[in-house]
Amino acid sequence: MRRGPWLWAAALAVYAFLYLPLVIVIVYSFNDSRLNAEWVGFTWHWYEVLLHDEDMLLAAGNSLFIALVSSSIATVLGTMAGIAMQRYNLRLLSFMVLTPVAMPEVLLGVSLLLFFIQVLNLTLGMISIILAHITFSIGFVAVIVRARLAGMDDSIFEAARDLGATPWQTFRHVTFPLILPGVVAGWLMAFTLSIDDFVITFFTAGVGVSTLPLRIYSMIKIAVTPEVNAVSTILMLLTLTMILLATRFAPDVLKGKA
Amino acid sequence: MALLEIRNVTRRFGDFVAVDNVSLNIEAGEFFTLLGPSGCGKTTILRMIAGFDLPDAGQIFLDGRDLADTPPEKRPLHTVFQSYALFPHMSVAQNIAFPLKMARRPQAEAQKMLHEVLEQVHLADKADAYPHELSGGQKQRVALARGLVNRPRLLLLDEPLGALDAKLREEMQIELINLQKDVGVTFVFVTHAQVEALALSHRIAVMEAGRVAQVDEPSKLYGFPQSRFVADFIGHINMLQAQVVESAHGHTRLAIAGLGEVIASLHSGVTAGAKCTFAIRPEQVRIGTHGEVSELKNHFPGTVHNFLYRGDVTVYKVQMENGLLIEALLPNAAPGRAELYEVGDAVRVGWRHDAGVLLHE
Repeated sequence: MRRGPWLWAAALAVYAFLYLPLVIVIVYSFNDSRLNAEWVGFTWHWYEVLLHDEDMLLAAGNSLFIALVSSSIATVLGTMAGIAMQRYNLRLLSFMVLTPVAMPEVLLGVSLLLFFIQVLNLTLGMISIILAHITFSIGFVAVIVRARLAGMDDSIFEAARDLGATPWQTFRHVTFPLILPGVVAGWLMAFTLSIDDFVITFFTAGVGVSTLPLRIYSMIKIAVTPEVNAVSTILMLLTLTMILLATRFAPDVLKGKA
Repeated sequence: MALLEIRNVTRRFGDFVAVDNVSLNIEAGEFFTLLGPSGCGKTTILRMIAGFDLPDAGQIFLDGRDLADTPPEKRPLHTVFQSYALFPHMSVAQNIAFPLKMARRPQAEAQKMLHEVLEQVHLADKADAYPHELSGGQKQRVALARGLVNRPRLLLLDEPLGALDAKLREEMQIELINLQKDVGVTFVFVTHAQVEALALSHRIAVMEAGRVAQVDEPSKLYGFPQSRFVADFIGHINMLQAQVVESAHGHTRLAIAGLGEVIASLHSGVTAGAKCTFAIRPEQVRIGTHGEVSELKNHFPGTVHNFLYRGDVTVYKVQMENGLLIEALLPNAAPGRAELYEVGDAVRVGWRHDAGVLLHE
């Protein structure tokens, strides 16, 4: 099909709309000026400031820790859910696993907050954030793992049993090696979701613990300093790397099959 | 004692009775086929033997032992799946060695068994290839090798040739026969392809709507079907409505609507006046214009209605005087095309007095 100039123009406009704000953040993180108004000159200064900002480093450490723990637990649970969804084809199960994915974050945040405080009587902090992150990540992992399984011939799992493998051996020697790319992609996805989550973390963090997105938010309440640009740029790079890795392991995710 | 005994097995899915009180005995060393149209319950029986499904009633015995509480992995039998079900992340050798690994065979013994079976299925040079690099026929052989390598008591085959093209299918049929003879393992084969069943099996159970219609050797099944269903399902057959006139003096006389009186071989247990179906195979029907056909006990005039030239044979449909169509199969053995009849030719149709069978309803 011949693509006319208008189509090209429209495509360019959409891409500009999507990526220009990100480019500006990156560019101004290297700007040798306190203001985000005009380009003065190139500098690494804001990254140096970042390196000496104790609060920021602490928040980044918290974010990494929360992301690692919550994505790992969510991956184990989500993988089990994904396998169950594929094997038993229960509508209710799929519905229940996927609802947190579709739920507005504010709603999920408020419900989790109420649940932690009024039902579990939990002091808000690291644990409550991790639990909240696990909650919204499970669905993503489950969907990716299930997409991986959906493309497979079900009889290979029966064949394994038939050839003498117990259910556990079937999982270890056949199912797991086959879904591994999906599991890795799911883990990367959960990690990405966790590390830059703001809304749900905001509701479930309490006062003692801060994460990177929370810290950035508290900084821009005063002013958007180039330091925020710098930390945003780093976060963006990290997220992008994770997403690229995830799509490498499970190409279906990008194609929208998940 | 039979190697495998299926005793009064029933399996329902909701209101649908997939398998209805089926009993079968399969002997050691046999090539046994379950034949029937899709939905007749043959695959359900196979799955119950393998242990993927359980009977609602009845029992399955292997070597006299009830299998009810034995999970699939503990049953000394393997399955070759229709889709082959090869493990895509394992090489040919790893696929075939999988049951040996699960059975914890010692390394040296496992290696020996692996190489032996690789030779048997002519795949020694493909040991390191992965399933996606193999052709359909090669995948088929890997699946067979994987099923046979650990020397099961029984090998179940679920339409294993279904995905192959016609030529390859015929080759694999011969390989299957030879392989079964070599390894001596009992085969239980499921198919809807009657030609395949006839070619491969020692015995065939024809299934109809969850029930066993007839169990017999291929030639008996083809030559002496016991019901309209079996007669119709296996090969082609002319079925003519008949009434018994007399059954005595070494033969049975029948009155066939739209044709006249037919002499058939003696059938005990039929009484004069009984309604039945006279069934005769197209290759038992002769067509001619004079001479030899008229010498047969049964011969009737008709005109050629249409014909299909199939190369080795030509199938003629002849319309009898009262509109009845009779199918006849003539081999084209002579050079060119012998005895060529055209549509509209007046011919005589005949058959020997001992041809055809009587089917009661």
